[in-house]
Amino acid sequence: MTSLPAAATRKLGLVIDLDTCVGCHACAVACKEWNDGGSFGPLPDKDTHGPEPEGVWFNRVHSYEATGMGSGEWGMATAKSEAKSSCTSPIPDSQFLIPGTIHFPRSCLHCETPACVTVCPTGASYKRAEDGIVLVDEDKCIGCQLCAWACPYGAREFSAQRGVMQKCTLCVDRIYNETLDEADRQPACVLACPTRARHFGDLGDAQSDVSKLVAERGGYALMPEFGYQPVNRYLPPRPRRDASRANSHPQPAAEAIDTTQMSPLLRWVDRVLSR
Amino acid sequence: MRPTFSIIFFTVISGAGYGLWMLVGLAFALAWPGCLLDAEIGPVDAQSSVCGMPSTLAVAWAAGFLLVSAGLLSSLAHLGQPQRAWRALSQWRSSWLSREGVAALLAYVPATGLFLIWLGQQSPGHLVPALLLENETLVRVTGALLAAASIVTVFCTANIYACLKPIRAWNNRLVVPAYLAFAALSGMLLLWALATLPSRDLVPAAQETVWSVLLPSAVIVLAVISAAIKLTYWKQIDQPSGLRTAHVIGLDGLGNVRSFEQPHTQENYLTHEMGFRIARKHSRKLRLICLLAGFATPAILALLALLVPGPGGVAAWIGLLAGMFGIFLERWLFFAEARHAVMLYYGAHGD
Amino acid sequence: MPHAALDLNTPTADEVKTTTCYMCACRCGIRVHLKDGRVRYIDGNPKHPVNRGVICAKGSAGIKQHYSPARLSKPLLRTGERGAGEFREIEWDEALALAAQWLGDIRRRNPDELAFFTGRDQSQALTAWWAQQFGTINYAAHGGFCSVNMAAAGMYTFGGSFWEFGEPDWELTKYLMLWGVAEDHDSNPIKLGLGKLKARGAKIVAINPVRTGYGAIADEWVPINPGSDGLLAGAFIHELLRSDRIDLDYLVRYTNAHHLVIRDAGAADDGLIARDAEGHALCASRVEGEGIVLARANAIDISPLVVGECTLADGRKAVPSFQLLAERFLADEYAPESVSARCGVDVATIRRLARELAETAFDQAISLDQAWTDVHGREHSSMCGRPVAMHAMRGISAHANGFHTCRTLHILQMLLGAIDTPGSFRYQPPYPKSAPPPNRPGKSRKDNGSLDAGPLGYVQSPEDLLVDADGQPRRLDKAYSWQHPLAAHGIMQSVIRNAWAGDPCRIDTLFMFMANMGWNSSMNTMGTRQMLCDRDADSGEYRIPHIIYSDAYLSETVAFADLVLPDTTYLERHDCISMLDRPISDADCAADAIRQPVVEADRDVRPFQDVLIDLGTRIGLPGLLKDDGTAKYPRGFAQYMVEHERAPGVGMLAGWRGADGSKSGFGEPNPDQLERYIEHGCVWEARVPDAGRYYKMANRDYLTWAKSLGFVGSTEAIVMQFYCEALQRFRLAALGHGAQQPPESERERVARYFDPLPFWYGDLDSSGSAREADYPLSAITQRPMFMYHSWGSQNVWLRQIAARNYLYLNPQTAETNGVGDGDWIWLVSPLARIRVQARFHSATAPGTVWTWNAIGKRKGAWKLAANAPENRDGFLLNHLINELLPQDRNSPSCANADPLTGQAAWFDLRVRIERDRTPQVDGHRIEMNGTRAMP
Ligand SMILES: Nc1nc2c(c(=O)[nH]1)N[C@H]1C(S)=C(S)[C@@H](COP(=O)(O)OP(=O)(O)OC[C@H]3O[C@@H](n4cnc5c(=O)[nH]c(N)nc54)[C@H](O)[C@@H]3O)O[C@H]1N2
Ligand SMILES: Nc1nc2c(c(=O)[nH]1)N[C@H]1C(S)=C(S)[C@@H](COP(=O)(O)OP(=O)(O)OC[C@H]3O[C@@H](n4cnc5c(=O)[nH]c(N)nc54)[C@H](O)[C@@H]3O)O[C@H]1N2
Ligand code: SF4
Ligand code: SF4
Ligand code: SF4
Ligand code: SF4
Ligand code: SF4
Ligand SMILES: [Mo]
Repeated sequence: MTSLPAAATRKLGLVIDLDTCVGCHACAVACKEWNDGGSFGPLPDKDTHGPEPEGVWFNRVHSYEATGMGSGEWGMATAKSEAKSSCTSPIPDSQFLIPGTIHFPRSCLHCETPACVTVCPTGASYKRAEDGIVLVDEDKCIGCQLCAWACPYGAREFSAQRGVMQKCTLCVDRIYNETLDEADRQPACVLACPTRARHFGDLGDAQSDVSKLVAERGGYALMPEFGYQPVNRYLPPRPRRDASRANSHPQPAAEAIDTTQMSPLLRWVDRVLSR
Repeated sequence: MRPTFSIIFFTVISGAGYGLWMLVGLAFALAWPGCLLDAEIGPVDAQSSVCGMPSTLAVAWAAGFLLVSAGLLSSLAHLGQPQRAWRALSQWRSSWLSREGVAALLAYVPATGLFLIWLGQQSPGHLVPALLLENETLVRVTGALLAAASIVTVFCTANIYACLKPIRAWNNRLVVPAYLAFAALSGMLLLWALATLPSRDLVPAAQETVWSVLLPSAVIVLAVISAAIKLTYWKQIDQPSGLRTAHVIGLDGLGNVRSFEQPHTQENYLTHEMGFRIARKHSRKLRLICLLAGFATPAILALLALLVPGPGGVAAWIGLLAGMFGIFLERWLFFAEARHAVMLYYGAHGD
Repeated sequence: MPHAALDLNTPTADEVKTTTCYMCACRCGIRVHLKDGRVRYIDGNPKHPVNRGVICAKGSAGIKQHYSPARLSKPLLRTGERGAGEFREIEWDEALALAAQWLGDIRRRNPDELAFFTGRDQSQALTAWWAQQFGTINYAAHGGFCSVNMAAAGMYTFGGSFWEFGEPDWELTKYLMLWGVAEDHDSNPIKLGLGKLKARGAKIVAINPVRTGYGAIADEWVPINPGSDGLLAGAFIHELLRSDRIDLDYLVRYTNAHHLVIRDAGAADDGLIARDAEGHALCASRVEGEGIVLARANAIDISPLVVGECTLADGRKAVPSFQLLAERFLADEYAPESVSARCGVDVATIRRLARELAETAFDQAISLDQAWTDVHGREHSSMCGRPVAMHAMRGISAHANGFHTCRTLHILQMLLGAIDTPGSFRYQPPYPKSAPPPNRPGKSRKDNGSLDAGPLGYVQSPEDLLVDADGQPRRLDKAYSWQHPLAAHGIMQSVIRNAWAGDPCRIDTLFMFMANMGWNSSMNTMGTRQMLCDRDADSGEYRIPHIIYSDAYLSETVAFADLVLPDTTYLERHDCISMLDRPISDADCAADAIRQPVVEADRDVRPFQDVLIDLGTRIGLPGLLKDDGTAKYPRGFAQYMVEHERAPGVGMLAGWRGADGSKSGFGEPNPDQLERYIEHGCVWEARVPDAGRYYKMANRDYLTWAKSLGFVGSTEAIVMQFYCEALQRFRLAALGHGAQQPPESERERVARYFDPLPFWYGDLDSSGSAREADYPLSAITQRPMFMYHSWGSQNVWLRQIAARNYLYLNPQTAETNGVGDGDWIWLVSPLARIRVQARFHSATAPGTVWTWNAIGKRKGAWKLAANAPENRDGFLLNHLINELLPQDRNSPSCANADPLTGQAAWFDLRVRIERDRTPQVDGHRIEMNGTRAMP
């Protein structure tokens, strides 16, 4: 039934490192590819070569810019230029904020107490007791879309062609699949990620690699105020060592000689080098 | 949220149907004159004063039946797999949609009961044993059950929306009262209008005076209550949520975070479904129209009807049309003005 | 309630085949999972050295490219006008016979009338050889419009290059400076590497007008103004010299910084390196007791001087080249205060970054416990590392000053002692090679009609140029002419314009392969499209009489071909990623690879390489026929890959050679070679010996190994060209010395740009101040990570990510120009104006506007609907880019390119914004400026 299983001890999920993600969309397409042909597919597309191409994706990558100074993470640079018409900058003497760019992949967080499961009238939406994976049973789903409304994270996508709700399966058809090599029993998005910003494991086990990573890097859950208790964690960007930090020890490198007094070349005249 | 016609139609129409049923049920529960088979008056057939017309309550019952059923059917149109709709009854323990389905079906039981009672009343003893028909408690309980089931169904419908935390405008305490009030109002408007039709009421004289006072008065009261709820509701949802894009990605510390590129340059399911936005100035205009049409017009007409007896029928029907139009608009706005939290990922401004 | 029985053990494929991805030129190893005869999915091969199992967005979407509706399915013969896209399907026999007839006629008449230009392929080992056998000098691949500045500057400077021939030491570097890199060819290796740097906490600095992708995860973003990197790097050099934070020992050991440069103004050898009678370069050396003496610069255990004038045996004066460089960069011109405004980087930041470079290189130097032997036989117990790495790409390359800017970066690396040391930038075998490599471009035809050498190579002196008696260009693209002497990759972007104009010559047939020249790889795209269709006023014939084109898809260019030869997709053919071409090695291993057909073609298409061999056989090219006149490779390219020998024992593939497959590098052909490759995931690797992993340019362990594999001819040290003597030879010619001198019109240009030391100059096109006022903004493009040039848009999945592009600009710039977020505006250059939709992007330098490259499409191509966003809203900046430089400041009809290498100056584009009266109305438009579309 749609009621949630008693708290599972295994909590399989993803840990996504926002410090490393370059926003390449590899995870999104690998996910689409695996699942399109997998047990939970297809992930239909419509208007494939037309004006409004659209399709079901379980994982989507956003890009943001941060212009706030909130965390002190991003410094200031001064782009100065002499004249208005100069080719350097059309804005004379402008102080311009050094903004940050953040890439943010978004998929199901396999919440511990998700309303996407409890609102489901058919029981099609369920959370597995053994590992906490939240799935949709496509044979039961009536396509009422209520679960998609209930998910604040936008993790569910309704397939109009198939009339059912679809979502990230945590690649349940890979991670236990004994026909695959042991090393390949990982979510497709994790295996694909070229910067290795994505990690998969048991977040219920404090000793697992992912749990340690989360502990070490201050991994966080999204929007805890909804009370869904997401399992997935995001690792925040690390403090940037840019101007704001580097200037904390701004001593100039010691001058070898007083270059204002004589030609700086002279200092190398007597240099003994070896070949 | 995208205002989907089938859902709006469903909630408004079934709301009106359940509103009617609430009133019909209530009438029986309160043993409104004519609801019980009066042994002294004798079988209905014997009454020659009326000519083959059903009573107002019977018409109301039937109208309720039509509306409820049409609404429920239209709700199927919204489903991706309507043929599996029966499955929606299974999760009543956690799902309001499931509960609504169950309640909706259950409501048909007392409704059928009343229908049988009415049938029986047409020729006592043939279909339904007179014994049962004469059992006042049974009739009252059946009526009460219908009223209760109708209320519960609307309550469940409202809670489908009210329980969705990501949609702040729905996850609001006034949503349930509003749904109930609108159901009652639309039911009352319908009843008022139906009561003006020629009918074969059992105690016409008594009916007339009571109804012509009671119904418009109730319309006024309900219109005022509904309007008050809606105005308060709008005031509440107009408060900024304070949610920002920085927050939804969990990086509040970064201050001002703005969407630079979306995952897809064209629309996708989420932006279609949750990304619907209505401009503030349009929504203000529509709210005003909704208030005028949905509440003010019926209330004023009802007042007129009370003060100027005579063209009550016209007033009731205009009131009904205006009221239903207003309620449709209200429901459209209920969707159109609601913002889903997920849109913050797409760079919507927190509001 | 029980849930649908989840069968978690469904076998995912009937069969898994390995091959090499070709959704881009990175060439990762992939596994193609086949089910029911169709591709079920493609993932990364975990055992492959390039990608170690990861796969990018394009790679995963390969399945949709493979099954694309835009695939060509049969040879096409033009029936309508050129450009109209009206064709008749023909059989291969007819197509090949027709092509063979055209080509055979040309070869008998004048092989140079064939212009054979290949674009994005990786088969240059075959195509260049074929062109050589054909005997045409008019051959090149796409490097000219791509990154020849990086390749040439690297090859002429240190025998390697940022561009695919080297990589940062991902394991050890502590500081990575990325100059103008968005994606690069080494797509997955760079991402894997950045991931490692991030995990280790190394600092990453992105120097780029735009902060996206790699810049997003960089610790520091330096929003530089386009085209000014040479100044910024110069200022770093200034600071390092000023504060004496340089590695002089490294310079005298591995570079020619101590070589003496003759100072004899007006002499024919002024500025050349002083040499002894045997031709050995000289240096001044301090000898205990004897004072300063002249010594062979390559002698060991000497103590060379890097400054101070000395007297040569003939009494003339000479100074170490280091001194010349120090004088140049210590000048005020390169002081942070002087460059700050042009670069848009404040003085304190420049100083701090220079300091950080030095601090990391010297104060955080590392030492690897790895014994090694240098080329002189001296044994070292450890390897000193300068853990500062740099990587640069087209942000540097695609400017007319890119060659010198790239050289400036290499000088900066050398000063820090940071080339091929632990933690720094590293060579990838077969590099380093001598700087520059000895192979010169072919110039004349042998008796059998073939060219005396491959058509591309490295010129060392004016004698190597391809010019006629008057010093005029011989090649159609004017590569190796006085306009672009170092055009090592040819100048593909000039081909259509020059062929149309008959400048310098007319051709008969333009034969193109895998290049969308009718769209995104041309400047002045609309003009180019007209030129392809233009007819001679007199004869009424097309000015370019024949166009043969091979594409696999319905690209924009297909419409302009007379004969279309449809290629297979990359999953349907054999390909060879050869050591003779652009191999896929990394710094620790040499590697080459193959592609094997994993599915059979379901259309009437043929692999282009097979077709090329077939055509060559039909016209009887040397090397394709047996002595008895029958075909040597009847089984096509797969057979050629195995059996063809370039030199005895040297073939296309280095792995599993020798009759029994036991040899690497050299060895007779092995008939089972392809099977061995397939067994090993279609890739062959040879690990660099541990002792040879660093200091490859002077490491005996490395060079011995490299020689055994045929990468280098000798184990002599490769001397980095701190001072580029080859450039001085061209400058001397311009000053009136030597047998081969530039024509009058080119002298000033050559004398100015052939400076043996790097220097900075503003872009050639806009150095006039009037233009700066008229066109105050720089306009550039970036590669999106999920699309490869023009061919991603036919891909259902990739086009969902981006079906159109926007013009991004800083909100401040927008405000100055009265532009709102989402407004449609006109972007104006002297050539044309285009209507584009503007979007705010704060992480863009205020003086720059940019867009994603090649998202905009032409109606009618790629099987996209006419109202597809790619056609309706998407756009190319190319319409605004002039293919020629304004003539007043330059020699006549000079390409908009780097004056040394011919590298297309895509990013020198300057624009202004004009507001549209109806900014809310959608739609892209192109309006040419007067008659300028076609000059
Ligand atoms: N404004 C601007 N313009 C630029 C650049 C820029 O940065 N800015 N970059 C420039 C650079 S660096 C480059 S390299 C060029 C790239 O420009 P092009 O070399 O023109 O690259 P593509 O657009 O990818 O075109 C390659 C063609 O090969 C075809 N093709 C794909 N697969 C196969 C195959 O298997 N067989 C055959 N026969 N054909 C195939 C495709 O359909 C396509 O038509 O663009 C240049 N143009
Ligand atoms: N996904 C994908 N990968 C590709 C390709 C593709 O089309 N798609 N194309 C392949 C090809 S052919 C090539 S040539 C490579 C090119 O790979 P890149 O060199 O990464 O090419 P671009 O995207 O042109 O990136 C140029 C970068 O330089 C910046 N830039 C522009 N002008 C300046 C400047 O004056 N100074 C500095 N410091 N930066 C500047 C731009 O903002 C941009 O970030 O990519 C290859 N890899
Ligand atoms: S992320 Fe959304 S769909 Fe996934 S479990 Fe949580 S609420 Fe449900
Ligand atoms: S759409 Fe399907 S899974 Fe979602 S709530 Fe409705 S029935 Fe359940
Ligand atoms: S875990 Fe699997 S289904 Fe979920 S986002 Fe990753 S690839 Fe997609
Ligand atoms: S694949 Fe990795 S780096 Fe690329 S967008 Fe996904 S998480 Fe980010
Ligand atoms: S980077 Fe991507 S597209 Fe390019 S070869 Fe590798 S997997 Fe294929
Ligand atoms: Mo390129």
